[in-house]
Amino acid sequence: MTSKLAGVLERHEAAILSDWLAQQAADAKSRGKTFQEGEHRQHSSALLKAIREALASGAEANVFTAAWENVREILSGISRGRARQGHTPIETATFVFSLKRPLFDRLRGEYSNDAAGLAEETWAINEILDQLGLITFDAFSKGREEVISRQQQEMLELSTPVIQIWDGILALPLIGTLDSGRTQVVMESLLQQIVQTGSTIAIIDITGVPTVDTLVAQYLLKTIAAARLMGADCIVSGVRPQIAQTIVHLGVELGDVSTRATLADAFRIALSQQGKTVTKVNPGKAAVR
Amino acid sequence: MERIPILKIGRLLLVSIQVDMHDRLAIALQDDLTERIALTGANGVIIDISALEMVDSFIGRMLSNIAGMSKLLGADTVVAGMRPSVAITLVELGLSLKGVRTALSLERAIELLGIADPESEPADGAQD
Repeated sequence: MTSKLAGVLERHEAAILSDWLAQQAADAKSRGKTFQEGEHRQHSSALLKAIREALASGAEANVFTAAWENVREILSGISRGRARQGHTPIETATFVFSLKRPLFDRLRGEYSNDAAGLAEETWAINEILDQLGLITFDAFSKGREEVISRQQQEMLELSTPVIQIWDGILALPLIGTLDSGRTQVVMESLLQQIVQTGSTIAIIDITGVPTVDTLVAQYLLKTIAAARLMGADCIVSGVRPQIAQTIVHLGVELGDVSTRATLADAFRIALSQQGKTVTKVNPGKAAVR
Repeated sequence: MERIPILKIGRLLLVSIQVDMHDRLAIALQDDLTERIALTGANGVIIDISALEMVDSFIGRMLSNIAGMSKLLGADTVVAGMRPSVAITLVELGLSLKGVRTALSLERAIELLGIADPESEPADGAQD
């Protein structure tokens, strides 16, 4: 049934391609975007060629069959690339749908005196292109998901700094919610820093942690236990009044972990545990400055 | 059969695990160490595991047990030099060596036991 379509594509491939490109250019212009001729030509001709080959091999109108594999692959690649470049879903889907018009135009010429045949062919091509549209959208969302997960990974690394604030004292300001993946990263970087700096005290500051529920507390305790195994004591600081209330209401058992309201308090304890204290060098002079 | 050496320094016993621990070795160490503590009346034990790169659940439990036993025998026990990866594994296994002291390095462990100064040791070894 689709044999005639294959023939049409074969004979008019160049013309259809240029029509299609013109259509895409018009679409891009109507949305106020610049049209990159070179890239679109490359994508379009590759896809058109794959479609022609699939039709020529006598494939059915179901693009999810094996004969269409090449087409699916090319289209997925293009859509995923566009997702990464920040194209909108509409733009990406229009890429495929804009092929309808050039194809219908050619078919109309072919079936000028066979209305039933034209209708049938139109239906077939419509179905194929709609299915290709679905594939486009599927690949596009997958591409977006990849972008999101990569950004999550980057954020994870960005948001877990371990800083040495004194000889033998580390501070670990936690920002955002703790989950198991994040705990792993936090734990690893904390333990690594303990070894590197030979620190004996680590202050975990939870000012930036929005809520502490049983799970978060468990993650915190895990980190503290691991640090203790390495011979470092942990102090939890930045416990806000609401968090203190939540912890008690939930009955979270923090064991013998020492906690403080502010990082400054925790730092003072850490210093005193090391037998150090901070004093003014010259009280008179400091006041002048 | 290969054994892990137990070194006696004054009233301190030092166990330095420099090879990959396997199950038989751990059991032998448990026997040897408890016997040596009883024999020498040591009041401090340092288990240096800085060369230990991997632990499984059995070795983790053995470490915890050995440390617990020497504590029971009246020796202050410090596990020294645990690597980050080992610490994470132990925590994931739920073995947090409760009641056992830990130190970052052998040097810190000796400091912790308060016997870095040999003069003070024979007078009153029991003090922390």
